[in-house]
Amino acid sequence: MTDLANDQSFVKFDRVQKSYDGEVLVVKDLNLSLPKGEFLTMLGPSGSGKTTCLMMLAGFETATHGEILLDGSPINNIPPHKRGIGMVFQNYALFPHMTVGENLSFPLEVRGMDKSVREEKIKRALDMVQMGDFINRRPAQLSGGQQQRIALSRALVFEPELVLMDEPLGALDKQLREQLQFEITRLAHDLGITTVYVTHDQTEALTMSDRVAVFEDGRIQQLAPPDKLYEEPENSFVAQFIGENNTLEGVVTAIKDNNLCEIKLDDGEIIDANAVNVSKVGERSRVSIRPERVEMNKDRLQPGAHTLKAEVMEFIYMGDMFRTRLRVAGKDDFVVKTRNAPDQQRLEPGTQIDIGWLPEDCRALDA
Amino acid sequence: MKLRTALMATVFTSAAFAANAQEVTVMSWGGAYTKSQVEAYHKPFTAQTGIKVNSVDADNPAAPLKAQVEAGNVSIDVADVEFSDAIRLCDEGLLEEIDPSILTDAPDGTSAADDFIDGAINDCSVGNIVWTTLIAYDTNVFSDNAPSTMADFFDTETYPGKRGMRKSPKAMLEMALMGDGVPASEVYDLLETEEGIDQAFAKLDSIKDDIVWWEAGAQPPQLLADGEVAMTIVWNGRIFNAIASEGQPFALIWDGQIYDLDLFVVPKGAPNKDEAMEFIKFATSTGPLAEQASWIPYGPARVSSIARVGTFHNDDSIDMGEHMPTAPANLTNALQNDFEFWADMDSELSERFNAWLAN
Amino acid sequence: MSETSASDEILTTADGKPLKEALAKAQFFAKRRAFILVLPLLAFILLTFVMPIGQMLHRSVKNEGFTVHTDVTTGVRTPIMTELSIWFDQNPSGTVPDEAAYTALRNDIGALDELRSAGSAGTRINYLRAGSRSLFTKAARKWDKMEAPYQDAFYDLDDEWADATLWAAMRQASSSYTFDFYLAAMDYTRDGDGSVTKVNENRQVYIKLFVRTLFLSLLITFMTFILAYPIAHLLATLPLRHSNILMILVLLPFWTSLLVRTTSWMVLLQSQGVVNDAMVGVGILADESRLQMMYNQTGTVIAMTHILLPFMVLPLYSVMRPINPSYVRAARSLGATSWTAFRRIYFPQTVPGIGAGALLVFILAVGYYITPALVGGADGQLISNLIAFHMQKSLNWSLAAALASLLLGGILLLYWLYDRLVGIDNLKLG
Repeated sequence: MTDLANDQSFVKFDRVQKSYDGEVLVVKDLNLSLPKGEFLTMLGPSGSGKTTCLMMLAGFETATHGEILLDGSPINNIPPHKRGIGMVFQNYALFPHMTVGENLSFPLEVRGMDKSVREEKIKRALDMVQMGDFINRRPAQLSGGQQQRIALSRALVFEPELVLMDEPLGALDKQLREQLQFEITRLAHDLGITTVYVTHDQTEALTMSDRVAVFEDGRIQQLAPPDKLYEEPENSFVAQFIGENNTLEGVVTAIKDNNLCEIKLDDGEIIDANAVNVSKVGERSRVSIRPERVEMNKDRLQPGAHTLKAEVMEFIYMGDMFRTRLRVAGKDDFVVKTRNAPDQQRLEPGTQIDIGWLPEDCRALDA
Repeated sequence: MKLRTALMATVFTSAAFAANAQEVTVMSWGGAYTKSQVEAYHKPFTAQTGIKVNSVDADNPAAPLKAQVEAGNVSIDVADVEFSDAIRLCDEGLLEEIDPSILTDAPDGTSAADDFIDGAINDCSVGNIVWTTLIAYDTNVFSDNAPSTMADFFDTETYPGKRGMRKSPKAMLEMALMGDGVPASEVYDLLETEEGIDQAFAKLDSIKDDIVWWEAGAQPPQLLADGEVAMTIVWNGRIFNAIASEGQPFALIWDGQIYDLDLFVVPKGAPNKDEAMEFIKFATSTGPLAEQASWIPYGPARVSSIARVGTFHNDDSIDMGEHMPTAPANLTNALQNDFEFWADMDSELSERFNAWLAN
Repeated sequence: MSETSASDEILTTADGKPLKEALAKAQFFAKRRAFILVLPLLAFILLTFVMPIGQMLHRSVKNEGFTVHTDVTTGVRTPIMTELSIWFDQNPSGTVPDEAAYTALRNDIGALDELRSAGSAGTRINYLRAGSRSLFTKAARKWDKMEAPYQDAFYDLDDEWADATLWAAMRQASSSYTFDFYLAAMDYTRDGDGSVTKVNENRQVYIKLFVRTLFLSLLITFMTFILAYPIAHLLATLPLRHSNILMILVLLPFWTSLLVRTTSWMVLLQSQGVVNDAMVGVGILADESRLQMMYNQTGTVIAMTHILLPFMVLPLYSVMRPINPSYVRAARSLGATSWTAFRRIYFPQTVPGIGAGALLVFILAVGYYITPALVGGADGQLISNLIAFHMQKSLNWSLAAALASLLLGGILLLYWLYDRLVGIDNLKLG
């Protein structure tokens, strides 16, 4: 255990596997470690294993294989109430038969704190989420956003070092969600708590986290800071899942220097791309290009960019952005996003244009 | 003349039967007793008159009869009730009067009035049988030391085992006194007094923890057969059938038993009053009464029938006469139920009985 | 969180009508249609629930046995004991009956004989004073042979006719309305001078049975709760396809007739029954010391607990099913042991179901009578068995009605207490 204890990580999953029925592995060989104070998001579609991981960490599920360590010591056999982990649930899980004050008092009471200490802490925790006036309300008398704030302050009131959040904003409308995203990250950083946040909303993951673990099929597909995840997806699942993405399919025809490769697209066009996930000639690949990295104005094309023919299929006005759908290389779901600038032209469907991008912005990934 | 009436009746009844099926509903006590009536009365009656007989049962037909008449919703035409109930219901105006002249004479010409035993012909009721309440015990339990008296029933020291009793003060109080050594002839005089009642309850109290109470007549043979009780108070016909038909190892004690008449009555407002009278006339004639005695050992209420009592219906070796409550050998220490005492004291003693039970 | 308008001005519609009036008018048709839709139910409830209860209450204070004779076939009502009741009106309570009284009595009994109602009139007096019935039936047989002075004629017939309690009873019964049946239902009676006293100790039974009914019903309610809570929890937490099978097992008793279930308990519990046989067979019990589990209170409690169990399981299940498991998880993550989480978080949320189940089981238990009658023996009888006794056997319907009314009153009182202590809105049947 000493080698593990020496590790800098605060939370560590060490070759963790989980199966519910003995036939299917829901979590396959999970390795993950978080330093103290990090805000980590587990992102993935439903059924990808992210919630199971959270439940194992909280102690509501046991790992079928492997160790989970908290601050250097294994916690597999520690019951949930002794782990000292704060938790926020999607449905808030505020106790309906108690007032807000009693809800917050609960974790302090079970820890045997005195009344005066409790009142002090409750007040501080409620003020932290600007809910001090609601101490005598019942959960049913609060709106969804207010309830989630209370749930948050309840999870923090006993000052845990680790807080787990299971899609806490899933049931809220967009505006509230954005506001609370901000509040949660602010609180987490101000208090210096380590946070594991589960969501299936990629915007949430990108805006809130220090690092994001993208889950799919019981594995972490990529673990990286948000910018890296967006700009340098390591496989086509991540590329597809995070942000908007254009995919062109083809075969690798040559591996070049500077980490580049040559791809022959299915309609015969040949392009250069960043060789991320391809290693040999003849391999099939999906090429990923972010919509905002495509240039439709020939004059602005940078040197080294290569161009393709395209036909405008649809033009969508989105206020701050224009969204243009094109037919490129035989596929008509190629999207280009442009800023709503005075010189930006609005293209009519049917127009034939040339588009282009830099090979570095174009990533050849697994098929 | 007679032939013509019979012919007319046949024509009329069959015509009526064709047009509108005639029927009569008879309520009795269930089990082997109803069975004996169905065989001896209902079937021959239907065969002879074409009137269908519906048979229904109750723990004690007097209760539903009164309830039906008072509610003005009568569905039964004839009921078989105990003597005290027949008198009481008649006094309360709940029964149709029965004209004694409809009753048939004995085959030898003796008039009905002379042929029926004492008490069998009343304003609203006609007797059919004499039955008795007595003790039966399981011979396997008392194989070396058989009980023989009413006192033995109350002696759980010498004769250990549970006792079955009817959940009613009627007959149980009298038996308690006889079990306490009171001769049959003095029982009702004593029960008229408060001390007598106390004495009876005290005797019952002495074995209270060992009593299993029954309510329907079919229960006590079952309790004996199941081994739930070692001895029980029972109606003699029921237990005889368990012995003769089912071969159960039971024996009877003809000591301190209480006999009573059962009578046919017609409730006020009976839907088929005429058929009811017709039925009573048929059932209480000499032949059917004697026939019933071959199915169950209840004594016919007519002298002419008693003479005709033969053997058990499916076993010629059993002479039914010996098993009758009215057989002289069985009457050494027997008590006749006092209908007037019970008509008067039933509710009073029931109340006390209930209170005693609940304690 | 509705905001109340601060202004006292009457709000009006666009064309100046008061808003409330316009609203009432707009809703009138909808309300009328809704009323017509519930009308059949209302009529049904009136006919099958309110009226019978009203009738029962009425019967408990009214008995015409000594005032009116109703011919059962024709329905003709004839007043009886008319002369005597005039004498009672003219002479205050406690007056020693004189010749005029006996003359009136003789004439009235004559009328009874012609109506064939001496028995029922006597029965009415018998309720108040035991042993009076035969006085009337005997007198009815001999009234036409009586000769004046009638006082002596009655004394010759039976000297009980001089008894003051008999006359007090007749005075009582000469009014159709009386609370005497309530007195009787509470083990009280009236003396010769009309004052209320407790009945003889060896006849006191009703209060004792009311108390026992209350106690056994509470015990049965408690037992069903203890047994049903884990089952309901299991049902609520198992995956639906497993819980459905279990639910069928719980509901199975509902599909078998009450009599069958009770009889099967008899087969199981009797001293030569399955349970005793098994224990003797295994060697836990000696053959002589078989347990008496039936024909006593134990039998009543066991059988009724089984029969009423589903009534506790279902409301509990219906409150437990929607309780999200995240509540308990939240409590656990907040530092509560599983016991604390159960006690402080899960249990309080099931209280409405417990309340509903307990009320349901208790009220059903209070009114049960078939099961105690079959397996209860002597000391397992409940008050409803005596109500049934008076309904079906002794046919003293007024007393039965008085007992039933007291029972109804008792239940309403408990219901009120429940409302005060727990709150009736804290009740959830599903």
